[in-house]
Amino acid sequence: MSKKWLLLISTIVAVSLFAVLAAGCGGGAKTDSTEIKIGGDFEITGGVANFGKSTVNGIQLAFKEVNAKGGVLGKKIVLVIADNKSEPSESANAITKLITQDKVVTVLGPVASSNVLAASQIAIDNKIPLLTATATAEKVTVDNGKVKDYIFRACFIDPFQGEVMANFAAKSLKVKTAAVYVDNASDYSKGLAQVFEEKFAKNGGKIVASEAFLAKDTDFKSALTKIKAANPDVIFIPAYYQEVGLIVKQARELGITCPMIGTDGWDSPKVVEIAGAAALNNTYFSNHYSPEDKDPNVSNFVEAYKKEYGQVPDALAALGYDAALMLIDAIKRANSAEPAKIKDALAQTKNLQVSTGILTLDASHNPIKSAVVIEMKDGKQTFKEKINP
Amino acid sequence: METSSFLLQFAQQLINGISLGSIYALIALGYTMVYGTIKLINFAHGDVYMVGAYIGFFATTFLGMSFLPALLLAMVGAGILGMVIERAAYRPLRNAPKIAVLITAIGVSLFLEYGSMLLVTPQPRTFPAILSSTPIHFGGLIINSQQVLILGVSVFLMVVLTYVVNYTKLGKAMRAVSFDTDTARLMGIDVDKVISYTFAVGSALAAAAGVLVGVYYNSIDPLMGIMPGLKAFVAAVLGGIGVIPGAMLGGVIMGVIEALVSGFISSTFRDAAAFGILIVILLFRPAGLLGKNIREKV
Repeated sequence: MSKKWLLLISTIVAVSLFAVLAAGCGGGAKTDSTEIKIGGDFEITGGVANFGKSTVNGIQLAFKEVNAKGGVLGKKIVLVIADNKSEPSESANAITKLITQDKVVTVLGPVASSNVLAASQIAIDNKIPLLTATATAEKVTVDNGKVKDYIFRACFIDPFQGEVMANFAAKSLKVKTAAVYVDNASDYSKGLAQVFEEKFAKNGGKIVASEAFLAKDTDFKSALTKIKAANPDVIFIPAYYQEVGLIVKQARELGITCPMIGTDGWDSPKVVEIAGAAALNNTYFSNHYSPEDKDPNVSNFVEAYKKEYGQVPDALAALGYDAALMLIDAIKRANSAEPAKIKDALAQTKNLQVSTGILTLDASHNPIKSAVVIEMKDGKQTFKEKINP
Repeated sequence: METSSFLLQFAQQLINGISLGSIYALIALGYTMVYGTIKLINFAHGDVYMVGAYIGFFATTFLGMSFLPALLLAMVGAGILGMVIERAAYRPLRNAPKIAVLITAIGVSLFLEYGSMLLVTPQPRTFPAILSSTPIHFGGLIINSQQVLILGVSVFLMVVLTYVVNYTKLGKAMRAVSFDTDTARLMGIDVDKVISYTFAVGSALAAAAGVLVGVYYNSIDPLMGIMPGLKAFVAAVLGGIGVIPGAMLGGVIMGVIEALVSGFISSTFRDAAAFGILIVILLFRPAGLLGKNIREKV
C-alpha cells in the first residue's frame, strides 16, 4: 500500500516538475508589444477589501487618463489584478502568479504592510519592482538598516504618522495620560503603537494602559473595562476600520467619554456604519489627504474620481492614484519598460506633482510629504489641521 | 487598586463575560447535540451561525422585519440549512469511517464560508438599529439593555431546549438515539428523522446566536463563524461533549474566563487561556466537567 502511494506521489512530483521546466524553457506567454503589463497584488476580498478596492479604483483612473492621452511610450498600460484575500500567504501566491504567469514588469500593491512584507522577498528574488501605494510600516522598504532595492512606496511611514498623533494628543488635545489599544495580529498596528508611546512620553505624557486584541475579534468590552479603570485622557487605537468601529461603539457603551485617536486605518465609511455617528464624536485620526482640501490638485482629482465612480475618493484611492502616477512617471523617464530600468527611475522620483502633494523619494524609498488630521463630527470627516514633515 | 473599585471592575467583567458566554453556550449546544447523536464534530456549525446572522440581516434590512420575526426566520432558515447539510453531506457517509465524515464537515465549513463570500461579498455588513441600546446604570456598573436581551433570549431558548429534550416524544427519541442508535432503531424509532431534527434544532440555536451577535456587535461578515465556532467547541468539550447542560455551563465559563483574563491579566493571553483550558481539560478530565466516563463499546 505505502509503496503504491510513494510511486503515485513521486510520479505527480516528477510530472509537475517537468511541466514547470517546460514552461520555463518555452519562454512563457508572449507579451503583447502594444501593452505594458502592470501587476496588482490587492486585497479584493477579506478583512480590508474596502481598502483594496479603493486603491485599485485610484490606479485604474490614472491608467485610464494616461491611456486616453496615448499611453506610455506609445503603449497602453494595463493592470492585471490578483486577489490576496487580505492574507500574507495569499499575497505571496498572488505576486508569484503575476510575475511568473502574467509576466508583469512591475507590481503595484498590496494595501496592508503585512501583505507587502510577505510579497517583497519574491519581488526582490525575481528582480521586479514592487510599489505599494499604502503600506506604512517602516520595514517595508528597509530591512536591518539596508534599503530593499526593488521595493518602493507612495505614502508616508508609521513613525511619521505615530509622531503626528502623539504630538497632536500632547499639543492640540493637551492631554497628559494615554491608553494604547493595539491589534497584535498586525505589523502596522504594533509599529504605530511603539512610535506613539515613545513620542508621547517625550512630550511629557504617560501611558497608563496598554492592551491588545486580535484582528477579527468582536468583543472588546473586557479590555475596555480595564482601560476605563486606568482613566486615560485619550485612547490611541492604531487599527483597521472594522475593529475600530466595534471598539469605539463598545467603549462609548461602557461610558468611556474621552477622545479616541487613530491613524489612516480608520478611513472608511464602515466605521460610521458600525459605531454610529454619535459614538464617533470626539475622535480624530491622521490621514494622507482630505477631500475638503482646497488645493487644485486635490479638487481636480476628486472631480475626476467622482465622475468615474460616483463617490468621493477616500485616502486609499488618492494614494493608489498617486502610486500609478509615480510609476507612469518612472517608465517615461526610464524610456523603457524593463523592470531594472523602471526600478532605477523610481528611486530617482523627485518633485513629482501628485494628488496629495509634491512627492520626492528619500534614500530609503519613502516619500517626503505632508499629513492631515481629520476630526469626526456627527459621522462626517472634517479637516482639522495639516502637518508638514 | 482599592477594594471597592476592584470589586466594581470584577462585577463589570463578570457581566461582560456572561453575555459573551451565553453566545458561546448557544453555539456549543449545537456541537454537543450533534456529537451526542452521531459522534461527529460538526465543524460547519460555526458557519451555520454565520448564515443565521445573514438571514437575520436580510430580514431586517430588506424585509423590514423587527427583531423577533427576524430571529424566528433566521432560526427556521438555519434549521432547514442544517437538515440539508445533514441530508446531503453526512447521511451518505453514515457508515463511512469517522475521519471521512470529519473531513467532509471541514469541507462543508469552507464551502459555506467562501460560498457566502461569493454570494454576499466579503464586506462586513452592519445591522440596522432594530433595538435601542440604552445603558442601564446600576451603582457604578453599566449594563447594556442589549446584554440583558442576549442573556434573556439565551436562557429562554435553553429552557425550551431542556423541556423538549426531557419531556417530549422527540426528546425521548433523541436521547434514545444518543444512548444506542442500533437499539433505538430496533425499537421502531426513525433514526434518520431524529438525527435530521437534531441538526435542525442545533442549527436554529446557532442562528439565534448569530442574530444576537449581529444586533449586539453590529457587524457581520462571512468569516465571522470561525473563531466563535472554535471557542464554542472548546466550551462544549469543557462542559462534557454530548451533555446538554454541560454545553451551557461550558459556554458561560469560557466567556467569564476570557473576560477575567483580559481584564485582570492581559488581553494578549485571552485566546491562549481559552485554548489552554482545552488542553488542561483533555489532560485531567477528558470527559469534561459534567461528562460521564463511558468506556468505548467494542
